[in-house]
Amino acid sequence: MNPNDVVITGIGLVSCLGEGAEAHWAGLSAGTVRPIADETRFAPYVVHPLPEIDWGLQIAKRGDQRQMETWQRLGTYAAGLALDDAAVKSDEALCATMDMVVAAGGGERDEAVDAAILAASEARDDHGVLLNQHLTTELRPTLFLAQLSNLLAGNISIVHKVTGSSRTFMGEEGAGVSAIETAAARIRCGQSSHALVGGAFQTEHPDMLLGYELGGYLHRGAWKPVWQRQQSAGGGVITGSGAAFLVLESRDHARQRGRTAYARLGTVASGRSRRATQDLQAEIAALAARAGVADTPLLTVSGASGATRATEAERAAFGDMPGFALRGFASLTGHMKEAQFPFAVALAALAAYKKTAYPPFDAESEAAFAGDTRTVLATTVGYHQFEGMALVHAAD
Amino acid sequence: MARMTDHLGRPIVVVTGIGVVTSLGAGKTDNWAALTAGRSGIHPITRFPTEHLNTRISGMVDFLPSSSRGASPLTYELAEMTAHEAIAEAGLDTRNFGGPLFLASPPVELDWRERFSLYAAGGTETGLERLLEVARGLNGLDVFQSAQFGSIADRLSDSLGARGLPITLSTACASGATAIQLGVEAIRRGECDRALSIGADGSVTAEALIRFSLLSALSTQNDVPEKASKPFSKDRDGFVIAEGAGALVLESLESAVSRGATVLGVLRGCGEKADDFHRTRSKPDGSPAIATVRAALEDAGMSESEIAYVNAHGTSTPENDKMEHLSLSTVFGARIRDIPVSSNKSMIGHTLSAAGAVEAAFSLMTMREGVIPPTINYDNPDPAIELDVVPNVKRNADISSTMSNSFGFGGQNACLVLTREPV
Repeated sequence: MNPNDVVITGIGLVSCLGEGAEAHWAGLSAGTVRPIADETRFAPYVVHPLPEIDWGLQIAKRGDQRQMETWQRLGTYAAGLALDDAAVKSDEALCATMDMVVAAGGGERDEAVDAAILAASEARDDHGVLLNQHLTTELRPTLFLAQLSNLLAGNISIVHKVTGSSRTFMGEEGAGVSAIETAAARIRCGQSSHALVGGAFQTEHPDMLLGYELGGYLHRGAWKPVWQRQQSAGGGVITGSGAAFLVLESRDHARQRGRTAYARLGTVASGRSRRATQDLQAEIAALAARAGVADTPLLTVSGASGATRATEAERAAFGDMPGFALRGFASLTGHMKEAQFPFAVALAALAAYKKTAYPPFDAESEAAFAGDTRTVLATTVGYHQFEGMALVHAAD
Repeated sequence: MARMTDHLGRPIVVVTGIGVVTSLGAGKTDNWAALTAGRSGIHPITRFPTEHLNTRISGMVDFLPSSSRGASPLTYELAEMTAHEAIAEAGLDTRNFGGPLFLASPPVELDWRERFSLYAAGGTETGLERLLEVARGLNGLDVFQSAQFGSIADRLSDSLGARGLPITLSTACASGATAIQLGVEAIRRGECDRALSIGADGSVTAEALIRFSLLSALSTQNDVPEKASKPFSKDRDGFVIAEGAGALVLESLESAVSRGATVLGVLRGCGEKADDFHRTRSKPDGSPAIATVRAALEDAGMSESEIAYVNAHGTSTPENDKMEHLSLSTVFGARIRDIPVSSNKSMIGHTLSAAGAVEAAFSLMTMREGVIPPTINYDNPDPAIELDVVPNVKRNADISSTMSNSFGFGGQNACLVLTREPV
């Protein structure tokens, strides 16, 4: 055992399945697949909505809550869950030296202001002046801060006092992959002793759906599991609101403060396949090999989005590996963009910790798994670009 | 043989290529000539109408093909131009760089031009639902990619032949410095022999300007644009929003020496510390900025007495300049009055996500050329800020070590320590 091994000592999860590591374990290991999906609110799109959250449990000051829109509140809340879970939250010294990498998109725009501008644009041609008129008078000044990507991390610093460092990565699923890869690499070589890493995605806003649909990526019509959307209308992605934060620390650091780890984070492999010219299925297989996947069958917690091409390539790549069993959790949570890879790693850590496999989330498409879950693979193949994988091992 | 590792046994990280674009021009030569002449790049806004706006000036980059095409295309062009200049100077292949890419760039949103155009395409719905309705029928990925946060770095990776999954990051106005820090750390970890760190920002749209304006962050001294950015002056009233890019090829000293590359400077140390006080204001005692500066010195294995010049964040906002002075005078003590502290932003404005990289590039040139660019528009010194700001006129000086500060909204603080020679 290496003192600089990276171990996971705190998990903070929020999705339509509830909040916290145990709620997710219970929900996902129950074996009854009953998705909590809203098919009407954004029809023809389906979304997995946030559960009811008592924000005050993690964001004590109402003033702080008011400074954020839902995306930032959600991330700050999940970060608090992870810090609590790792017994870091109330330890001022630990928080003040804790590093942070947040994978972030942008916050919610003011839908009413945007709609008013668009409506007015039909009656006039001087759109530039129109913008100035509306934006200078109708935007709430502090909304800018609620939209800025790095202000999720900023709010985590303010609310939870994590101030060792604060870095925000952007770039859809790839941001989540790089966030975990970088935080882990820094711990492994002694550049950092403990870090908070994760992301959040709030899909219940038309602008967030638009981000996918401009590329034709959203599934339309009734809910289906990620692996069964190939023949449906649309591009295959069903989104969900959710967040995942992890507390990573060196084995030594965790031991010195007497913490038991959920799991050890092994190799994190990231990639940028040239999907226009390269065979994505082969690239996914090569990435798995780089992550250290060999012949031993692994439970594979897959972040597959449902996006038809990427999801089919991932299914086919693992279909070629005998005994590998995929668990596409986005069937039940929806796709959470920047939070997708941290979520996958968290679920993999729970399986390794419980030494129990998740039952299939989609009995028609996912095989039963009877093998060893002391090592679990987490994957995220971006709906449009960027890929990541990590091996997660039982801590002992 | 020279030592290849630093005081902590880590590979020494040097700079072998520099690229820069600002409102003063494209490339190091034009920029340096303008900077040392004390010339301002701040000018009236022409890219969009300024009716109803309190601020009508900026340091936009208006001379590129993408300048009128939106934030995403311009940011890409700025990043690629500076990357080409830096990689070529390093004597490497601009189409096959072969190291990782760290890109500091602004968060992009779907441009209003695209929103209007989608809306005008018709449909039965109103508001954002109509945009979704029209998007369903779109062909092609251009609009989609302009609103994806990872697209610029993805395309740059293709164009430059960067290795692996590129990292796009934002630490607000400290982003450029963070991109450099990430590159330094990757080389120190031994993950690569070289890395490309870019800060690029071409995001000055009406909406971006209005957002900063609503926070009272921008100067409204429109009448004489080139006089509006006046860091450390008594009558400073906000920063001037600007665009630009800076790129550095970072390399282990060992790699640079072994291939006979010219060492342009050394990235000796990086420091950071987040502020938990407020979303836009810094802690009144300046402790996070102070801790950042001290962390950078410690990382560099240097004491404050070894710093010969400070390239200030110096935004020209009342708050920043006051807090920066407080931090510097706490770290450096009485000696701060004898250290030249100048702000490039007096001439180029605040290039936001690019600032840390642009100013690191200028810091390196300051040491190599032995000339400190001035803080211009220093006509009414703020009596509460006693600094040698290198007022109005460049100064010849033998500078072997520089500190470059970057502070941003959201409690972001980063500091780089750069030296001229490896030892």
